[in-house]
Amino acid sequence: MPLLRVEQVRKSFGKNTVLDGVSFSMEKGEVKVIIGPSGTGKSTLLRCINMLAPPDSGHIWLENTEVTNPRTDLQQIRQKIGMVFQHFALFKHLRALDNVALGLIKVKGLPKAQAQAKAMNYLAKVGLDKHADKYPAQLSGGQQQRVGIARALAMDPLLMLFDEPTSALDPELIGEVLQVMQNLAKEGMTMLCVTHEMGFAKSVAHEIIFMENGHILEANTPQQMFSNPQNERTRSFLHKIAELYGETL
Amino acid sequence: MKFFLKLYAYLPDLGYGLWLTIALTLIAAAIGFIASVPLVLGVLYGNRFFRALARGFITLVRGTPLLVQLFFIYYGLPALGVKIQPFVAALIGFILNSAAYQAEYLKGGFLAITTEQMEAAYAIGLTKWQAIREIIFPQAFRFSIPALSNEIIYLVKYTSVAYIIQVPELLSQAKFFASDTFFHLEIYLLIGAIYLILIWIVSKLTDLLEKRLYIPGFDISHLK
Repeated sequence: MPLLRVEQVRKSFGKNTVLDGVSFSMEKGEVKVIIGPSGTGKSTLLRCINMLAPPDSGHIWLENTEVTNPRTDLQQIRQKIGMVFQHFALFKHLRALDNVALGLIKVKGLPKAQAQAKAMNYLAKVGLDKHADKYPAQLSGGQQQRVGIARALAMDPLLMLFDEPTSALDPELIGEVLQVMQNLAKEGMTMLCVTHEMGFAKSVAHEIIFMENGHILEANTPQQMFSNPQNERTRSFLHKIAELYGETL
Repeated sequence: MKFFLKLYAYLPDLGYGLWLTIALTLIAAAIGFIASVPLVLGVLYGNRFFRALARGFITLVRGTPLLVQLFFIYYGLPALGVKIQPFVAALIGFILNSAAYQAEYLKGGFLAITTEQMEAAYAIGLTKWQAIREIIFPQAFRFSIPALSNEIIYLVKYTSVAYIIQVPELLSQAKFFASDTFFHLEIYLLIGAIYLILIWIVSKLTDLLEKRLYIPGFDISHLK
């Protein structure tokens, strides 16, 4: 049974159809990268999966639980789906440690000391245990994003969603975030990433999904996608990215 | 010299007036703040009923002159059989106003927070009200401190209006003093200075609060 199943998901904002019948599934331990022009519904798709933007129609399952079922306990299911945001979205009034510990205390009901010890472990995992007492404004973008990843991981998610985790970062800070993501992938975390970091996609992704205008136009292994894209739009999009990053595909 | 002798004789009265002014300010600010929290939450997050209630209250209080409200409470309500002491009448008026204005100032603080804060709170499994309590309100409050301190400063000065409904606060005492002794110039200069000192103390105290609650990222260092 797949870990995540997305079936015929549609979502509109007013007259603007953002997702127009998207279906795919993910096995446990799989890493998928979603690429595509801006405004094609990549972020909305991630937000549908954890119900930050509930789909208008279609179904989403996480293991046996139908996420889109109105009777599903969203607070329960969201713990199992970690999310990392483009602009980090750290709680600005809390220290790095408290950002990670908050969910453990308030959602999982752990005693404070135990939650903080666990939070410290996750900060160490992303290499930030020495910065535990700093507030978000005192951290660099790359450090903030790593705290964001630790915050999501602390809830023991089955699935991690990454919404352009490096696109708001200066180039020299991107590496440290990708490194953390790569380690996660190697540990077997199931990851769905919206990113245009093709190096990352090549090295860890099992599949690349190309989206445009609310549709999945093509989904394939990175090797296939880079060497022999089936769709003309995919080809030209990858070409543009390659030009931008100066990579030969 | 004669002024100071008179002043000495009236010192207990003036002191009592000062005490009432301080009491009016502090009680109205404190209860007003406590009441402003459900008000602003009603306006921003309430269902239709609570939103209408909170908005209606704020519109009514902000839309009518303070003096009209005080006259209504002190002179108007007895006609309905509700007799209220001057101090209590003034206090009710100031609390209502303080609550309405502080709710509006807090709202400004809420509006300074990005949607991602709420999304991130939801994403780790917090409920809406947990997110508001743990994430949104603490930030909104910090953003509102300068405006809230402004509200207390206004309150200090507004309490002088209470003299019109017979509250023997600082300005009333000065007026008694002036009509008894004819030292108009001196006494109003003096109580003007006292108000100035009170407000200086308020602004120092709120500066202190701001410092105590200081968190990097909640200041204007990024705007310098």
